[in-house]
Amino acid sequence: MAEIFAYIKHANGVADDSALELIVAAKKIAPDASVTAVVTGTGADLDTICNEMATVYNAVWKIDNAALAYPNAEVIRKALVNILPGDSIVLLPHDTFGMDLGPGLSIKMDSTFAADIVDIEGVDGGTLKIVRQEFSGMASAHVTCDIAGGAVLNIRPGVFQADENKYGGDVVDKSGDAGDLSTKRTFLEVVEAEAGDVDITKSEILVSVGRGIEDEDNVEIVFDLAKAMGADVACSRPIVDAKWLEKSRQVGTSGQTVKPKVYLAMGISGSFQHLGGIKGNPFIVAVNKNMKAPIFQVADVGIEADILEFIPELTEAIEGL
Amino acid sequence: MEILVCVKRVPDTSENEIDINSDGNDIERDDLVYSVNEWDNYAVEEAIQIVDKVGGSVTVVTVGDDESEEVLRREMAMGANNGLLLTDDAFEGSDGKGIATILKGAVEKGNYDLIMTGAQADDGAAQVGGMLAAMMDYPYASLVNLIETGDGKLKVGREIEGGNQEMNEIELPCVLSIQTGINEPRYVGIRGIRKVASVEIPELGVADLGLDAGAIGAGAAKVKRLDYFVPDTGEGAEMLTGSTEEIIAKLVEYLKAKGGLK
Amino acid sequence: MEPVLISPASFKLFGFIPTVLFSVLIPIVGVGLFTYIIARRVAPLVKANPDFRFDRPMDRVLNVLKIWLGQYRHPRYMVAGVLHMIIFFGFLILTVRSSELVVKGISGGFIMPGLGGIVGDIYYFFKDYAATAVFFAVVVAAVRRGIVRPARYHYPESYGHDHTNEAVFVLVIIGTLMISESLYEACLVAAETQAGHEATFLGPLTLAWFFKIVFSNGSSSTLQALHIISYYVHDFTFFFFLCFLPMGKHFHVITSLFNVYFMRLDRGNVRPVRYGVSDEELDSLESFGVKKFSDFTWKDILDFYTCADCGRCSDQCPANRVKRPLSPRFLSLKGRDYAFSHFPLKGDFVDQEALIGEGGIYSEDEIWSCTTCGACEQECPIGIEYINKIVDMRRGLVDDGNVPQSLQKPLSSLEKRGNPYGKMEKKRADWTKELEDCEVKILDKKTTADTLYFVDSVSSFDDRMQELARATSKILCSAGIDFGILGKAEKDSGNEVKRFGEEMLYQSLKDHNTEAILNSGVKKIVTADPHTFNSLKNEYTGIPPVEHISQVITKNVASGRLKLKGVTEEEREKIYTYHDPCYLGRHNDVYEDPRDAIDAIPGIKRVEMLKNRDRSFCCGGGGLMLFYEPEEEERMGVVRVKMAQEVGATVIVTACPFCLINMEDAIKVAGLEGKMEAIDLGELIAAHIEN
Repeated sequence: MAEIFAYIKHANGVADDSALELIVAAKKIAPDASVTAVVTGTGADLDTICNEMATVYNAVWKIDNAALAYPNAEVIRKALVNILPGDSIVLLPHDTFGMDLGPGLSIKMDSTFAADIVDIEGVDGGTLKIVRQEFSGMASAHVTCDIAGGAVLNIRPGVFQADENKYGGDVVDKSGDAGDLSTKRTFLEVVEAEAGDVDITKSEILVSVGRGIEDEDNVEIVFDLAKAMGADVACSRPIVDAKWLEKSRQVGTSGQTVKPKVYLAMGISGSFQHLGGIKGNPFIVAVNKNMKAPIFQVADVGIEADILEFIPELTEAIEGL
Repeated sequence: MEILVCVKRVPDTSENEIDINSDGNDIERDDLVYSVNEWDNYAVEEAIQIVDKVGGSVTVVTVGDDESEEVLRREMAMGANNGLLLTDDAFEGSDGKGIATILKGAVEKGNYDLIMTGAQADDGAAQVGGMLAAMMDYPYASLVNLIETGDGKLKVGREIEGGNQEMNEIELPCVLSIQTGINEPRYVGIRGIRKVASVEIPELGVADLGLDAGAIGAGAAKVKRLDYFVPDTGEGAEMLTGSTEEIIAKLVEYLKAKGGLK
Repeated sequence: MEPVLISPASFKLFGFIPTVLFSVLIPIVGVGLFTYIIARRVAPLVKANPDFRFDRPMDRVLNVLKIWLGQYRHPRYMVAGVLHMIIFFGFLILTVRSSELVVKGISGGFIMPGLGGIVGDIYYFFKDYAATAVFFAVVVAAVRRGIVRPARYHYPESYGHDHTNEAVFVLVIIGTLMISESLYEACLVAAETQAGHEATFLGPLTLAWFFKIVFSNGSSSTLQALHIISYYVHDFTFFFFLCFLPMGKHFHVITSLFNVYFMRLDRGNVRPVRYGVSDEELDSLESFGVKKFSDFTWKDILDFYTCADCGRCSDQCPANRVKRPLSPRFLSLKGRDYAFSHFPLKGDFVDQEALIGEGGIYSEDEIWSCTTCGACEQECPIGIEYINKIVDMRRGLVDDGNVPQSLQKPLSSLEKRGNPYGKMEKKRADWTKELEDCEVKILDKKTTADTLYFVDSVSSFDDRMQELARATSKILCSAGIDFGILGKAEKDSGNEVKRFGEEMLYQSLKDHNTEAILNSGVKKIVTADPHTFNSLKNEYTGIPPVEHISQVITKNVASGRLKLKGVTEEEREKIYTYHDPCYLGRHNDVYEDPRDAIDAIPGIKRVEMLKNRDRSFCCGGGGLMLFYEPEEEERMGVVRVKMAQEVGATVIVTACPFCLINMEDAIKVAGLEGKMEAIDLGELIAAHIEN
């Protein structure tokens, strides 16, 4: 078995949730393998993350370079290609960063690429058996990957829950091997999303509305329910694309990451991009007409109903308490 | 600017339940309708808008069979100047890398400044653009939701977490994968498609593209789908049943217990 | 016998300038100028697209007699209408006198042929009353426009300044004509009376009579001067007015006759993409619809010229009422202003600019805001059309791909699945599964029936509207009608597809359905959806006759095949009101059948809303309109529900699935749940069928 590496995403001295999930995934591929965290960046933040990862991973490779101050996938790809052994198995989170880096990295490492892995069933010789989803999560598929010559595996965030296992290892400075990091894509800046009138990232109770609301005028009933509950209103991407609610209310990987206690998913089918924005294991209630909606897999309580009829009745019941 | 946009014909799944066929090796396709992958449609619109601004031409390319021609025509009706159908029995069973290899053959036959793909398609892998870029040694940016043209380079915005946008400068030629919402794609009616119905769409196979047959197709695929299955529904969720009043009563109890009512 | 006053034909100004020179010059210059202006105004009509308006001359003459000469639509706005009728008829009468006066200026003794004898005496007697009536109507009208200012004439800021000044100026001109004519006459009569000659008898209380009294003691030189001055004031004003008419909203004085003659004869239809180009040849057209001004037809431009800015269309327009960015009145006025500025009286004609969107005179939202309810056209007293223009502009937008995102998905679903919801074809007949005691046949070559029930998309797929389909089936079953449906062979009828400008998609839906209908071998078609009814009845060709379910109900109740039981105790407390769906009422004149059907339920209480029948207020629109997200301050449905509330109704009965959707929605939005309900006519009847 080739060496397994996990790329640690971090920002502002804080490791991404995926950092602790990737090692769980890696151990699922090979429980006894040594898993090395690869951390890139520069300065004090980098050391903080490296030291933190050293308590969890079997080893940490640190790559310190001013060119890596911002995680530009093109630059990181160059560094990884220069540093990692040719047949490495590299784990990345399948998010906006992993999608940017993974496919190209697999070509440059001449290894196999598998995207958006939601489960790992095990390795048989040089073949890894995984589970993926297609058709917006409506069908799952068993997929085999030939990883004998190495692989880049993009793991869906949130599906491998971080566990308590701490393996521990040393931080090895690999900065010297990074090589030439010049690229034809230059990072300029991050344009922050405009702040909205509510900050849903701080809300304890969220009533979140999706495509099932059908019409802009119906959004009103969601606000009525939220008011009755003392909750804030959030939504999924289609609602923002339709401009029915402002971007600052969107939950998901391309929107806000929320950590409420209670999350009511109203007419939301539950794409992983949406679920990716829900953290902190809230109590999730899903109301949807379609029993096959993926949201029912992750919800604690499910109700099969048309939200246009259900919401007003629920509002009335709560107001009557 | 010469732009190549890679598109894919996918089943339209928005309103329909997906069923797995009895063999478990495919979804039930009898009652499905197909259309161009939504992300690709945004990419084509963006390419047309760029060409409207700075001149040049848009070529749409797809890897597939004869039926895939319809999506090329649809995109040409939108305003793409040329279509290119890459079709060959040897392409069958290619994985993402195989598709990228085939597309590379098409890229090398042209003289493109900019290559676009949709951010992802029906298999949700989001891989072909990044692979193609790496094979061509072109810079790459994924999930692009803003493009500003400049001299020999582009300013592109990428959609990243938290609703933020990452701005980059990228040199041409390059590959970009396009996120939905970057523009408002124009409507294509039957009339538009009929207008381009008689336009010749060249078909290129393994030999035309100068491909090594060993690098593509099922034989070369290192990622293979074994079967489809329906994920358990409601696995985690306790489904509340009964009359609406009963359901609401139960739900309210839960909400009270979990701190969902203030 | 010498005349007591020298006529303008013989008068010499300062004793040596013969005024007859003016009498000759003023008409020559006036007519010449007028001819030139009209030629320039006609030019854009010649350049415009063809329009087929020369058929059925008898129908057209009847329209002219009723709508133009008879001023049939004017009393719908009583005050303005009556004032207009007085001025209109007065003008008609006085045109003869004014023409006579013009010639009198050259030949003093001229009398209009035919006015020599007793006819003339009667005419001259009454024309003074006509002038007086016109004068007073003008004064009242001026007070109304200038001081009272009814809201209908208000100009929203975005549309520039209003036409009050122009209106009042013209009223002054008309007043001047009336005064000068009467004064001219009065001076002559006064002088003749002084001289003891036999004078023309002036009707008491007329302007001329009044002036005669005022000047009865005037010196002969004063009378002579006034006689000449008032003549030339009248002569000049007359020709000035003629040339001023084509400059603004009073162009209608000239164009309305033609506009009414050429107005649309049939409703419920939309004009073809291009006259003279068959459906099969449409592919050969370079461009579809109206994109620039000269893509309009000549009748469109005549409409623009003819608009008198009376504001009735917009006053009735539901889109305007809820403050969507559409006001039919300004559709015309902006078109007219464009014509005036781009086809000017002097200088080159220019027409390259896009009409819609950035830099154009119309906005895309404006064009998409119309529900094609037809209230504007129903109201216009001079036959101006809107739906054809709107649809043609949408055709242009569709051709360029400028379709709102919210409409693209349903349109593409219609193309792929034959319904706007993207539902599978095979599920189209699923609503029949829950139907009890009534068998619905699925028709094809082998299974046939007497009558086809054309269900259409909304009643096939919308959960709530499936009830309506089941109620319709129950009625047909109870009436013993041998019927069936097309099932998955049916596609959307396409009424709204056509009206949203997607002509080619409409044609493919129509062709498909026509074939399926003929294939089923039925003799009659029934539908409960007025949009379907309209499309099949007015736009499909070669298919069996079509009836709306309300017509089937009344017929079968009358014949006794359908027996209805009385209202229940609970229903006895309810007050019903009937809401006319636009595509049943205005577009197809079915007003009484649904009312008769309701009234056939023993013991039912029904009231009329203020706006009923051809003044019904659109619920918000059906078909694709349900997907469009307009900017508006209030929903049309909410406005309508409040109208029902005003007359004390508690149940709104509709006869259209889309009306029902909009009404049920509006009741919730208006917070009237529990106080108001909406029900479809079919459901109401089905619930009262005596088993």
